[in-house]
Amino acid sequence: MKPATQPDSLGHWGPYGGRFVPETLMAPLEELTAAYEAARADESFQAQLDVLLRDFAGRPTPLFPAQRLTEHAGGARIYLKREDLLHTGAHKINNTLGQILLARRMGKTRIIAETGAGQHGVATATVCALFGLECVVYMGSEDMRRQELNVFRMQLLGAEVRAVDTGSRTLKDAINEALRDWVTNVADTYYLLGSALGPHPYPVMVRDFQSVIGVEARQQILEKEGRLPDCLVACVGGGSNSIGLFHPFLSDEAVRMIGVEAGGTGSELGQHAARFNTAGGGRPGVLQGTMSYVLQDERGQIAATHSISAGLDYPSIGPEHAFLHDVGRVEYTSVSDDEALAAFQTLSKLEGIIPALESAHAVAHALKVAGEMKSDQILIVNLSGRGDKDVDTVRERLGV
Amino acid sequence: MSRLRRFAGVKLLGQISEAFSNLKREGKKGFIPFITAGDPDLETTLELIVELARAGATLIELGVPFTDPMADGPVIQRASERALRHPFGLTEILQVVAEARKQTDVPILLFSYFNPLLQFCAHERASKTSALPAFSFEILAREAKRAGVDGILVTDLVPEEASEFASALRANDLDTIFLVAPTSTDERLQMVAERASGFIYAVSRAGVTGAREEMSAEAEKLVRRVRQYSDLPVAVGFGISKPEQVADVWRYADAAVVGSAIVGEIEQAKSAADAVSRVGQFARQLISS
Repeated sequence: MKPATQPDSLGHWGPYGGRFVPETLMAPLEELTAAYEAARADESFQAQLDVLLRDFAGRPTPLFPAQRLTEHAGGARIYLKREDLLHTGAHKINNTLGQILLARRMGKTRIIAETGAGQHGVATATVCALFGLECVVYMGSEDMRRQELNVFRMQLLGAEVRAVDTGSRTLKDAINEALRDWVTNVADTYYLLGSALGPHPYPVMVRDFQSVIGVEARQQILEKEGRLPDCLVACVGGGSNSIGLFHPFLSDEAVRMIGVEAGGTGSELGQHAARFNTAGGGRPGVLQGTMSYVLQDERGQIAATHSISAGLDYPSIGPEHAFLHDVGRVEYTSVSDDEALAAFQTLSKLEGIIPALESAHAVAHALKVAGEMKSDQILIVNLSGRGDKDVDTVRERLGV
Repeated sequence: MSRLRRFAGVKLLGQISEAFSNLKREGKKGFIPFITAGDPDLETTLELIVELARAGATLIELGVPFTDPMADGPVIQRASERALRHPFGLTEILQVVAEARKQTDVPILLFSYFNPLLQFCAHERASKTSALPAFSFEILAREAKRAGVDGILVTDLVPEEASEFASALRANDLDTIFLVAPTSTDERLQMVAERASGFIYAVSRAGVTGAREEMSAEAEKLVRRVRQYSDLPVAVGFGISKPEQVADVWRYADAAVVGSAIVGEIEQAKSAADAVSRVGQFARQLISS
C-alpha cells in the first residue's frame, strides 16, 4: 500500500478514521466539514491565518542546530524545530488559531475544548481572549492537580475550567465531557478539539493546521543544508505535532520518520500509553469518534494509561498514524518515563532549553537514533513545547 | 408539491415488528424500558428483565456497559461504572438473555457503544501477521441470535459506518435500530429510513441521556418529519421520566423509551430484591395513564 495523504470523503485512511458518533453530532460534523473545506479553498482565510501565525504566535519558528547535543549523541547532526518558542509555549497555538477563525466564520459564539497537560486549554483560552469569545475548557481533575499552573493561566485568560471527575480523570475523560457538552449545545457551540483525533473532519483539519511545522522545517533545512533530512523524530500523544512535522515529508521516500509514544513505567496494560505496543494491549478499536489503535482489555473496555507526561497519557492515537503505522511509512517506538526525564535534563544542561516532558520523549529517542547514524547525516527533532509547566513534576520526581 | 420517497424499512418479520403490529391491532402504544446489564449484578439483570416484561414492556433495551459512555448523562454513566466492577463481558450478557428467554418472550434489544461489540467480533481472530482489523460481525450476529436477542442499537454507529454490521445482523434475522435526532437533516432521515428495520428511535432533543422536567416540542416535530420518510414504528427517548411525559409521547409516537429514570430507581434501591420491586412498581406507574 502507498500512503494516501488524503482520506476519503468520510475521513477514512484505509480502515481507520471515520465518524463513530451519536446521530445528533452528524449534521454538525457535516456542517463543520463543509465550512472547513470552504475556508481551505479561500485565500483570504489562509492570508488571515498567516498574519496571526506571524504576528501573534511568532512564526516562523527557528530550526536550531543543537551542536552540544549532537556531540553528546556522537552521530547525526541534530536540529531542533523550536515550536517551544511559540506564544503559549507549544505547537498547540497553530491549530487553535486556525480553528478559531473557522468558528468565527461559522458564526459560533461559544467555544469548548478539552485539555490534558493544559497546553491546548491555554492555547484555546488565548485565542478566545484574542477574539472575545466565551470559552469553557474541560480538564480531568487528576490533570488539574498535575498542571496547576496551567489551570490558573486559563482562568487568567478568562476561560472557565471545568473539572472532570469521571473515569481516570485525565484527557480521555475530558474529551467525553466536551463531547457531552457539544451534543447538548450544538447550535451555538464550536468544539475546538486539540489533536489529530476524533471524528472526521478533525484529524485532517488539525493535521492541516499543524502542517505548517513540516512545511517550514522542510524549507529551512533546504536553505541551511541544501538537502532533505535523513530522519524526523517527534513524540506522539494524540499525534498532532508529529503529523504536522511528518506530513509535508511523506512523499520524500528517503526521509525516515519516527513517532515516539509514552512507554511509562512498563509494558503491562495500564503502565504505559504506547498504543502500537500490541503485546501491551494496543489494537484496533473505536474510541471517541474514530477507529484507530486503542489500549483496551479483551472485552473492549478502554484501559487506564500512564505517562509522566499528561499530554501523552491517552489510550488512542490519531487515525492517520494508525494507517501510517500499518503501511510502514512511519516507525513507532516508545521511551520510558525515566528516559524522558533523563533527556529533559540533558537538553536543559547541554543546550539551555528546557523541553516539555512530551517533547523530552522525542529528544530521548533522537539521542539513541542519532548515535547510530553517521556524522554527515541530519536528524530533526520536533521540540513541540517548552518545559516550564513540568518543572514541579520533575522536581518532585528527582526529590529535589 | 415535493415528491417524497417513503420507505417501509428493511423487511424483517422479527419479534420487534410483531410486538409493534400487536400493539397497533390492540390500539395501544408501546413502553420501552432501558437497564444496564450487570447493574447492580447479572443475576438481578435477569430478574429485572422478567419483571419489566410482566409490568408491560413492549420490548427491553439491555445496555452493554462501557468505560467511556460519551452519549450518556451521569445516571447511566454511574450504572456503567457499577456494572464494570464485575468481571463480565458480552458473552455473559448473552447468557443472561438466554436465561431470560426461558421465562419470557419479550423482545430484547442490545443497546451498546461500538467498541465492546467490535472486540467481541475480533475475539476469534488470531492473525499474528497483521494488526489490520478483520472483524467478523457474523460472530456477533450468530451468537446474539442464538441467545435470543432480537435487535441491536449502537449509539455511536451511524448508517454510513454500519453497512457491514447491518448486513451481518440482517442475515441472521436481527434488526439494526438507528437513531434520528432533531439535528438530523432530511437527507439523513431518508438514509436512516432506507436502512432501518424494527423501529426508528427518535432522540427527543440534542443532548445526553437523562431525565428532564419538560419534554421538548422538538420531539413531536421530529417524529412528524420521520414519518414523511418511513412507515416503521417510531419510538421517542431521552428525558422521559414521568407518566405524563409517557402519555404525551404516546399522542404522536408509537412508543416511549425510559432509561435514566429506571436506572435511577435501581441506584436508589437498598438491595437487589428492592431494585426489582421498585423498578416493577415504577414501570407500572409510568404506563398507568
